[in-house]
Amino acid sequence: MSHQQKTEGARITRRTRSAGLGAAAVAGVTPFNIVRAQGAALKVGVILPRSGYLAGIGQDCQRGVDIATGVLKDLGMPALQIMNADTESNVETARSRAEKLIGEGAQALVGAFDSGQSSAIAQVAEQKGIPFIINIAAAPPITEQGYKFVFRNFPTAPMILRDAFIDQKEVFAAVGSAPKTAVFMHVNDTFGTAMAGGIGAVMPKFDMPYKIVQEIAYDPAARDLSVEISKAKATGADALLMVSRLNDAILLTRELVKQRWTPMAIFSMGPGWYEDQYLKTLGKLSDGPLSFAPWYDPNKKLSKQLEAALAKLSAAINLNTNHVYTFEALLIAADAYKRAGSADPTALADAIRKTNITDNASIGPGIQFDAKGQNDKIVGGAIQNRGGKLITVAPKAAAIGKAEWPLTPYDKRA
Amino acid sequence: MPVDIYLNVAVGGILTGLVYGLMALGLSVIFGVVRVVNFAHGEMMTMAMYIAVTLFGAFHLDPLTMMVPIAAVMFAFGYLLQVRLINPFVTRPEYMQFLLLVAVAIIIINSLLIIYGPDARNVQTSYSYDSFQIGPLIVDATKLYAGIAAVVVAALLFGFFRYTRQGTAIRACADNYTGALVVGLDVKHLYALTFGVGAACVGAAGTMLLLIFDVTPSAGPAYTLLAFVIVITGGLGSMVGALIGGVLIGFTEAMAGLLFSPSAKSMFAFAILVLVLLFRPQGIMGKRTA
Repeated sequence: MSHQQKTEGARITRRTRSAGLGAAAVAGVTPFNIVRAQGAALKVGVILPRSGYLAGIGQDCQRGVDIATGVLKDLGMPALQIMNADTESNVETARSRAEKLIGEGAQALVGAFDSGQSSAIAQVAEQKGIPFIINIAAAPPITEQGYKFVFRNFPTAPMILRDAFIDQKEVFAAVGSAPKTAVFMHVNDTFGTAMAGGIGAVMPKFDMPYKIVQEIAYDPAARDLSVEISKAKATGADALLMVSRLNDAILLTRELVKQRWTPMAIFSMGPGWYEDQYLKTLGKLSDGPLSFAPWYDPNKKLSKQLEAALAKLSAAINLNTNHVYTFEALLIAADAYKRAGSADPTALADAIRKTNITDNASIGPGIQFDAKGQNDKIVGGAIQNRGGKLITVAPKAAAIGKAEWPLTPYDKRA
Repeated sequence: MPVDIYLNVAVGGILTGLVYGLMALGLSVIFGVVRVVNFAHGEMMTMAMYIAVTLFGAFHLDPLTMMVPIAAVMFAFGYLLQVRLINPFVTRPEYMQFLLLVAVAIIIINSLLIIYGPDARNVQTSYSYDSFQIGPLIVDATKLYAGIAAVVVAALLFGFFRYTRQGTAIRACADNYTGALVVGLDVKHLYALTFGVGAACVGAAGTMLLLIFDVTPSAGPAYTLLAFVIVITGGLGSMVGALIGGVLIGFTEAMAGLLFSPSAKSMFAFAILVLVLLFRPQGIMGKRTA
């Protein structure tokens, strides 16, 4: 063999090798991708406040994740590979955990219960081009930034307030009574501030029978809320209008008992007062508050499936917003993955944008997103704590009982 | 606003401040003698709170009756911590002491997180929701018991340092380290004893504070910061100053919440700290150093 022949032979061999590698890329890797899209689980990073002052609610949201696998399988949805992360109830930690999850291969993100933390994750998701489905967070600006990869299946603060006032009027009409004055107490975090801003803008449109005589903002991580209740009690208001978290809702109730004040009604327009930890910690003292919040329709088929799945997981826990909206966020991811046929982030985001799930669990016509990535069809509900259970009392379409009115005095509860 | 509201809030703030003061007393005692700033102070208190939660869960023992045994356990913990870990650092640079105690704090937080999880824990005693009404004044029973217990423990501590031989020896160490060595005092043992006494204070304060507040593993750093604010306000190393500082901070937080915004409570506490640092850097009861 001549030198030239050897060289040509070698050149041909390299070309062949290159062509072979190229062919492998086309004929080998592409089919692999297709197989992966059809058979492999979608990697979903679930970011929640599992520790810190929001830990109770974060861990409650986790129950929505725990029941998802079985229910999604029953619904014929593709499998999800859940990658858990903890925000430690901290905005900066939420941001770094989102970056870490994406670095570890998460193809979609779900979370993060809190508006401030969700805003931080949204920035990361948008920057990295990974779809982020918000389970719970109400601050309006999150979906007002023109993000292409951020979707929220949860009402904004003005939507929550709109439905709260509608449902309150429905309750007042049903019980034939209404408060004339109220104290508005709210946490001073992103959610609480957004709700406080919304109250001023939304309430005048509804001609409510009561007026707000005082607004009291407080720290959601406060250890002692005695001063706040003293201040509210001093107004002599008929009702308490609350925007709380969990620990502060428990502290506030304890202070109401200690300071011997039972208002006519407690209206919560956020989490805290319907949580299982609230019901268990306070027992009889937890009865009575009305929560006007995004809720599930107990009459829907999927709600019954979720109730059954949760009962199997933990019989003592009532199904609530945390479980339902966290589950629905995962449902949206699985549904989009199924339709997209690919884990490609852009394809996934396009599929999420075209979501049309009508047989969901939350109250309202279903899950669809507008151009901003917001589900603007969600309808809020009113629920009342009664004997450790949560009774939906409004709207009529989802109600399973009538509100008990007024609050039984705390010192008269056996 | 009715006058009785001011009275109720002021009394509540003072009672809570007394327990804060007892917590800070431990920090002040340790610094006053050993000259080591305990950056794991709040975490040691949450540890005591969790011991109380565990004993309450297992045996339904009232926190007020558990106060003495838990203080004893914390004394042993503090004594051993000083002898085994901190003592070699007493003569080392302050940044090393800082790093060591921050490491201890992180270990405590994470151990509690592993053992108890992140949920808030509390104890439900038969008087958890009780209050006493005297005319227009409504006093929270748990705060009253905790406040009285704080005064009793603080009085016992003053008595110990004032009237016992060990207490006198500890004060001698604080006044003149070299002199204490020259006259043959066992300084190493006395330092450990002091650290143990400081930890016992924290144990007692934590047990009482559990009557008022829930505990979470992450609560420690906030208590450490609060203890610092109190002892710097009252005078680092001064026992009376720590109690006065505690009451002042508790009262200020409560009244600021009432008169201004509850969100601004901490801001006013820190404003007092800034004022003290500006106009009396040694603290209200502290001694000016040359």
